[in-house]
Amino acid sequence: MLLLLLVVHLLVALGAPVLVSWLGRRAFLVLALAPASAAVWALTKTGEVMAGDGPVQVVEWVPHLGMALAFRLDTLSWLMVLLVGGVGALVLVYSSAYFSTRAGGLGRFGGVLVAFAGAMLGLVTTDDMLLLYVFWELTTVFSYLLIGHYADRKASRRAAMQAIIVTTAGGLAMLVGIVLLGTAAGTYRISAVVAAPPAGSTVPVAVVLLLVGAVSKSALVPLHYWLPSAMAAPTPVSAYLHAAAMVKAGVYLVARFAPGYAEMGVWRAVLLPLGCWTLVHGGYRALRQHDLKLVLAFGTVSQLGLLVLLVGLSSQAAALAGLAMLGAHAMFKAALFLTVGVVDAATGTRDLRRLTGVGRALPVTAVVGGLATASMIGLPPFAGYVAKEAALEALLHDAGTPVGLAVLVAMVLGSALTVAYGLRFWWGAFADKTVTAEPADAPVTITRPSLVLVGPAAVLAVLGLAAALLPHLGEDLLSPHASTYPGDPGHLVLWAGLTPALGLTLLVLATGALLFAARGWVERTQARASFPLDADTLYRRTMRRLDDVAADVTAITQRGSLPLYLGTILMVLVALVGGALLSGPGLGVGEVRAWDTPVQAVAGVLCVASAVLAARARRRLKAVILAGISGYAVSALFLLHGAPDLALTQVLVETITLVVFVLVLRRLPAYFSVRPLAASRWVRLAVALAVGLTVGALALIVPGARVHVPVSVDFPEEAYVFGGGKNIVNVTLVDIRAWDTMGEISVLLVAATGVASLIFLVRRSGDPLRASDADRRGVVWGQAADPMAVLRRRAVAAAGHADGAAPGGAGRQREWLRGGHTLAPQRRSVIFEIATRLLFHSVIVFAVFLLFSGHNAPGGGFAAGLVVGIALIVRYLAGGRYELGEAAPVHPGILLGSGLFLSAGVGLVAILAGGSVLQSVIIEFALPVLGDIKLVTSLFFDVGVFLVVIGLVLDILRSLGAEIDRHGEEGALDDPEGELIVEPPAPGSREARIAAGEIPTEIEGTVAR
Amino acid sequence: MIDMSPSVTLVLVVVALVAVGVYLLLERSLSRVLLGVIFLGNGINLLFLVAGGAAGGAPIIGQTEESEMSDPLPQAMVLTAIVITLGMTAFLLAMAYRSWQLNQHDEVQDDLEDRRTARRAAADQAAFEDADADVLSTLAEDAAEVRDETGDAEPAEPAAPAAPAAPASPADQGGRR
Repeated sequence: MLLLLLVVHLLVALGAPVLVSWLGRRAFLVLALAPASAAVWALTKTGEVMAGDGPVQVVEWVPHLGMALAFRLDTLSWLMVLLVGGVGALVLVYSSAYFSTRAGGLGRFGGVLVAFAGAMLGLVTTDDMLLLYVFWELTTVFSYLLIGHYADRKASRRAAMQAIIVTTAGGLAMLVGIVLLGTAAGTYRISAVVAAPPAGSTVPVAVVLLLVGAVSKSALVPLHYWLPSAMAAPTPVSAYLHAAAMVKAGVYLVARFAPGYAEMGVWRAVLLPLGCWTLVHGGYRALRQHDLKLVLAFGTVSQLGLLVLLVGLSSQAAALAGLAMLGAHAMFKAALFLTVGVVDAATGTRDLRRLTGVGRALPVTAVVGGLATASMIGLPPFAGYVAKEAALEALLHDAGTPVGLAVLVAMVLGSALTVAYGLRFWWGAFADKTVTAEPADAPVTITRPSLVLVGPAAVLAVLGLAAALLPHLGEDLLSPHASTYPGDPGHLVLWAGLTPALGLTLLVLATGALLFAARGWVERTQARASFPLDADTLYRRTMRRLDDVAADVTAITQRGSLPLYLGTILMVLVALVGGALLSGPGLGVGEVRAWDTPVQAVAGVLCVASAVLAARARRRLKAVILAGISGYAVSALFLLHGAPDLALTQVLVETITLVVFVLVLRRLPAYFSVRPLAASRWVRLAVALAVGLTVGALALIVPGARVHVPVSVDFPEEAYVFGGGKNIVNVTLVDIRAWDTMGEISVLLVAATGVASLIFLVRRSGDPLRASDADRRGVVWGQAADPMAVLRRRAVAAAGHADGAAPGGAGRQREWLRGGHTLAPQRRSVIFEIATRLLFHSVIVFAVFLLFSGHNAPGGGFAAGLVVGIALIVRYLAGGRYELGEAAPVHPGILLGSGLFLSAGVGLVAILAGGSVLQSVIIEFALPVLGDIKLVTSLFFDVGVFLVVIGLVLDILRSLGAEIDRHGEEGALDDPEGELIVEPPAPGSREARIAAGEIPTEIEGTVAR
Repeated sequence: MIDMSPSVTLVLVVVALVAVGVYLLLERSLSRVLLGVIFLGNGINLLFLVAGGAAGGAPIIGQTEESEMSDPLPQAMVLTAIVITLGMTAFLLAMAYRSWQLNQHDEVQDDLEDRRTARRAAADQAAFEDADADVLSTLAEDAAEVRDETGDAEPAEPAAPAAPAAPASPADQGGRR
């Protein structure tokens, strides 16, 4: 049932923006149903809870962590659910009239408020400490959003940030405490941990950390300063979060754990001083505030100190008084905040120096405020009085000890301050008085609030009266939890006779009245005695210092130099790996062989020599070609090692890399830039040697360090039986380790996309270029000088004489490549075009063969895709970018996407077929002509890989080839000094007629001069 | 089980390729860095083979006896690494080209923002301005300027102008920015 309630809150919260956009602020009335349902549910369970068998719900969630969705409703939870649900519903009703119809962000506000109510509901009912933490932090986050509701105001943003930093820090401390406690107890179930407190040295630490969480959340000194700042939140939020619900979470935590832990020394050492200090400090500060909300905020701080003190004492009577106070405080403080909202809305100010005559203009509000104030300062016959009497009685009982006496004195002092600021509040809000504010402020005008606005506060104030007037009600309802504390039972009564407590009450009232009467003197004294350093300033200085330290650390670690970063990473590699190799027990160089075959040495020498020469090369092209030679030598080493698949792939990749390099190098300077930092070369060399030697040592030592049989010993059998293939490497890729391959082709997709986005500056989603798109003939690659033009022209003229007619008559196809005519004439080569025309389709067929045979012989999707890539490169080189579009008239994104989709889809098919993800299924059947066919589903995975690789190469060609060509031509056109020779064809000229298709294509095409 | 002892020739090639790779990697010219990545990749790919044991026949059933095969697992890993290196090469080349397009060179410059942070830290200046954190106003001043967007109540005294309570007035809505 509780889970259902939480789901209801979640759904209502999610639906809130929609509701608000439909109904406007009236939607808050609908939203109020969610917390109201929780309160009503708790009321229906009252009997069971009082009998001690409230509902319990446990759903296993993360069994490994011992984390369960455990909920239970006992007396304490019941009380809190009533407060959270009841006050929540009333505050939402209030909001429906409070905000202006034109107010912004109401949808978000309503949603977050309901979500907060849900989180709070979970917090007070869960029986799992980890879940408690989750709800705890949820309330923190929602409270952040609510405090920062007016995100355009600096004060709101700062208050929200302060609240979340303080309470999250406390929450994190609490999490550590929870984990320590849960580990010590062996369970995270709260009821079990409280019933049987674990022993051990970590338990006191855990308890202190737990209390840090409670102190930060319940705004106890010295972490109290976030609560007054949080008054930047809208008033309904202050009434709900900062009076009735969220700040009570800390009190709840203390009350929850006190029965098991209140006797501990650390518990008392933390809570009693902080509680007393907070109680007095809050009351003292409240006397000086002029903003009504700030008066109440400091009052709340004070009362929270009292509450923590009462429920944290290890005394049954005090706990009963504390629980009663908890309920009474929620009612009167929420009512008072709501009243402030009414006054604020009616007058436009909350400054008590400017308010006058409000009581006469708004009598109902004044009476409601008066009732709530009376409960707060502890006048009979209100709930606040009953609770305070019980508290004094309980504290008097323990006043024999010095600690008990100190607590009693703090309580009396705090209560007197409460009386004083309570009177000051009511006087400030409603009384007639001489306005003392500066003349610049206009006198306030008072508007009449709607009844919906006064109603919720009135309900709470009257409830505070009724709860006290019904005899034994509070005691019967609350004592089940109080009785879990040690000590004598207490009582909640209106009249207990002429007891010492009554005397203290009279003393409190009299002192408070005196302090109020002397309010002017009190204010002036406080102003003179202001402390040089308050907690808020300290917080701000700490945050500033933190920023500075962060900046210093950043300055030290982030030097902004790529070589430095890489060097650091590499030196860490040398230190860690090298250190482990040197110090590891039993590590050493075992048996070695000079070579596997002598040819290996030849290939090795070639590889190393070209690599070293490449590093020394000053010309880019030379370096690239040497790197290519080194790469081919590596592929020879692969082949010699018995890895034909690798050798094949390496050769193909090396070829493509060379071409791609050359494509880009066209545009880069021929030489590497001059490097003035020659000194650093020796450092680089040293680092390079250190890393190289470390890796070499690794290579020598690691093979001998193996203690287990390689996992791959079973691969041959697995590959054949389960994967249905004989090429183990390929089956490994598409079946045994298919997940890896999937990740790797995703990387390819990302790389291809990255390349395209770097080169295509405007957009890359255009259609592939087709030959028919070329607006002029013979322009591609036409920038360079063309010394052969004259010769070519003569040859054409001669041919024309010989034939006696225009070449290329009807039916004669003299165009070998469809995009050939777009190329500048000096760039065309008949031999290359014919060879390309003849080879292209054979190469594609070969690639398809590699793809399908890859399961049983060297090949597979990677190699096949690369072969297709090379075929595309050849078409591009022979016919330019339009020819590339003719060769592959698809967008590379489609290839990449469909490839990945196909691979992933195969995995899903296996699930549908009842297997695990990416499991292969072997289908064998016979076809009339082709004979027996053995189809392995992983073939489709390989087809996906194939498509992704083609997409990658195509994207590279389109970007680094075609698009860079276009940049170059544009650049040459823009540049007046450029070498571009092509001119726009004159009308009626030969060029124009060629462009119009009147003159058949010729190899030389346009004449360039 | 295959003979695990490493071939010294291969190890030496690995050492040379890695050293050359690292040497180029620490350069500032992006195209040399790229060559470094390629050499480093080749070296590490060979390291995989060394870790897989001695040379053998191609790991293809029916072509090689199972006991003679080279280890297929590192081969599968290296195969994808080779293709990914291609993607990476293309990406870095695109970056080099872009850098050339923008700056007329392909050198990797120091990060200006990082240098600025370092200068400021050295001079002990504030790292940045945070208008939300650096405040001089007090709690009471802040509170006085924050009001909710309330309204829609009728005036108690019809004659009185409702200016201060009007929800749309800028002072109420804007508050302190």
